[in-house]
Amino acid sequence: MAELTYRGAVAAGIAQEMRRDKAVVMLGEDIGAAGGVFKTTEGLLDEFGPTRVRDTPISEQAIVGAAMGAAMTGLRPIAELMFSDFFAVSWDMVANQIAKTRYMTDGQVSLPLVIRTANGAGLRFGAQHSQSIENWAMAIPGLKVVAPSTPADMVGLMAAAIRDDDPVIVCEHKGLFATKGDVPEGEHVVPLGQAAVLREGRDATIVALAAMVPRAVEAAGRLQDEHDISVEVIDLRCLIPLDAQAILRSVEKTSRLFTVEENPRALGWGAEIVSIVADEGFWSLDAPIVRITTPHVPLPSAAVLEDAALPTVERIVETIRTRLAEAR
Amino acid sequence: MTETASRSTAAPLPDLDRRLGMYRTMVECRKFETRAQELFFEGLVRGTTHLGVGQEAVAAGFAAAMREDDYSFATYRGHNHALAKGASMAGLYAELFGRATGLMGGKGGSMHITSAEHNMLGSYAIVGAHLPIALGAAWSAQYRGTDQVAVCFFGDGTTNIGAFHEALNMAAVWKAPVVFVCENNQYMEYTAIRDVTAVARPAADRAAAYGLEAIVVDGNDADEVYAVAQRVIARARAGDGPSLVEAVTYRHGGHSRADPGKYRPDDEVQAWLARDPIPTYRARLTEAGVTAKDLDAVESEAQAQVAAAEAEAREAPEPSPDVIETQVWADGGSAWRN
Repeated sequence: MAELTYRGAVAAGIAQEMRRDKAVVMLGEDIGAAGGVFKTTEGLLDEFGPTRVRDTPISEQAIVGAAMGAAMTGLRPIAELMFSDFFAVSWDMVANQIAKTRYMTDGQVSLPLVIRTANGAGLRFGAQHSQSIENWAMAIPGLKVVAPSTPADMVGLMAAAIRDDDPVIVCEHKGLFATKGDVPEGEHVVPLGQAAVLREGRDATIVALAAMVPRAVEAAGRLQDEHDISVEVIDLRCLIPLDAQAILRSVEKTSRLFTVEENPRALGWGAEIVSIVADEGFWSLDAPIVRITTPHVPLPSAAVLEDAALPTVERIVETIRTRLAEAR
Repeated sequence: MTETASRSTAAPLPDLDRRLGMYRTMVECRKFETRAQELFFEGLVRGTTHLGVGQEAVAAGFAAAMREDDYSFATYRGHNHALAKGASMAGLYAELFGRATGLMGGKGGSMHITSAEHNMLGSYAIVGAHLPIALGAAWSAQYRGTDQVAVCFFGDGTTNIGAFHEALNMAAVWKAPVVFVCENNQYMEYTAIRDVTAVARPAADRAAAYGLEAIVVDGNDADEVYAVAQRVIARARAGDGPSLVEAVTYRHGGHSRADPGKYRPDDEVQAWLARDPIPTYRARLTEAGVTAKDLDAVESEAQAQVAAAEAEAREAPEPSPDVIETQVWADGGSAWRN
């Protein structure tokens, strides 16, 4: 095991794949000489050179479009969108072109590409540099969506995303960049579409993603220690493909389900989870499913406001405690 | 009519076989599309169609100058470019009719014609999208060291959307082997391009902004198009970077489907119809010594080919609803959850 930061795991995962496959190339703004504005691509230019690690102008349509053209013709490009909010700038490429071309051509064209992006809140950047856009991508058929919560998963899921023959959006959470964790030695690949049960429990299930995962784990610890409530925590890791069975299995055991979502409330990814469980796990439930989300507002920038908008450990603990108490 | 490249005395005419080949391509495209329009009015072609009638010399001239392994990217007005690159006429009709044997199995339709086996990598229905994508294919060829060239066709309206400018800049910076070909047919959709563009030549007058030569060619003259195509494709293949070509031409019909194009002055239409690229080219080939019999044979063979393709497509089955949930992913399926 080696300890890596979540930030360092981004470069480690990419480097692992670039060493084994010359078809893997990168492009994006400030990714080369600067090492990325979040230092997530540091060292890659030195190791792989400027033909494989290409700095681009501020041209998000060209970055993502060029990745598509390269993917159609034999490469496995990794495009970086500096902030996930910039998906809005390149949404035609993502939603109309990349997501649909394989289908529209009846499989004539494959698009093995990755779009990596710094996603989520916590840095007080305000509403245009803090969004959680994973549910935007989830809503478009033809895109796979990955959002790792640990350095090990960042390496492993990045590798799987790069090896995948379909377009994969990799959401790197800005609030997690400084966190550390052990990463297995040697080649590490985590298959897409497999949720991780991080903590076993009996009384309730929390499903969380990315930066909400460590909060859910901490909340589960406090619920156990302070309130004798045993909570199972599932890190979804991928939204597409979605490991719905892992959730249904857990609900069968705990009979209570809470989602913890950073995205704004309306049609956040948890809404789809609720729909699936209502449809297929209804008779396992003892009480209504509860979504713990950011309110349906743009994110404010002031620290106190941003913190209060996102689901906090305190809010998770209190919501689960009170909702379980109501039912008892 | 805006200025055109001088009749390139410097550029020798292609050999007669190649010129006859370009004539054949133009005639096939014209007959295919003219019939497609009739079939639209019959209700056999559904949805929409955007015809390139009048613009065939651009497709024919460039295709003749491209290698088989060069990539072609077109817009929703893409039938000509698909046919010129070798796509199956029956497969194209079948796609227009929504049949199982369509080039895309009925999933794409007229605006998304693609024939990857011919390196015709798609028709793009969102204006401007395919310029960055063609740049990416060119970047890929450059990285793989294959000396392939990507040729990207688009309309005059595209010159006013952001992706055009992003792609031109990045292609120039990267010296990507891509040729951007603006088919300036004078109308963005229903509005004259001159009414909505700050410069007289929508593509050529932007070239300088990206350090590129302003290249304007008579898009109704297959020989001229071929000469320019050869030059810019050779430049790209040699590693000297991208080009932006403005081919001045005219859309004989309206923007799409049943648009009669009544917003265009009659005298303008008549002047351009008199410069129809097909009869004018036929006259030039006649001058060059091709017999009427040989030219008639091209016409009748194309007619027969179109009729056979139509008949084949008419007889093709409709797609089974079973295919709706296929080919979202590379494994052929559409599963998004377990």
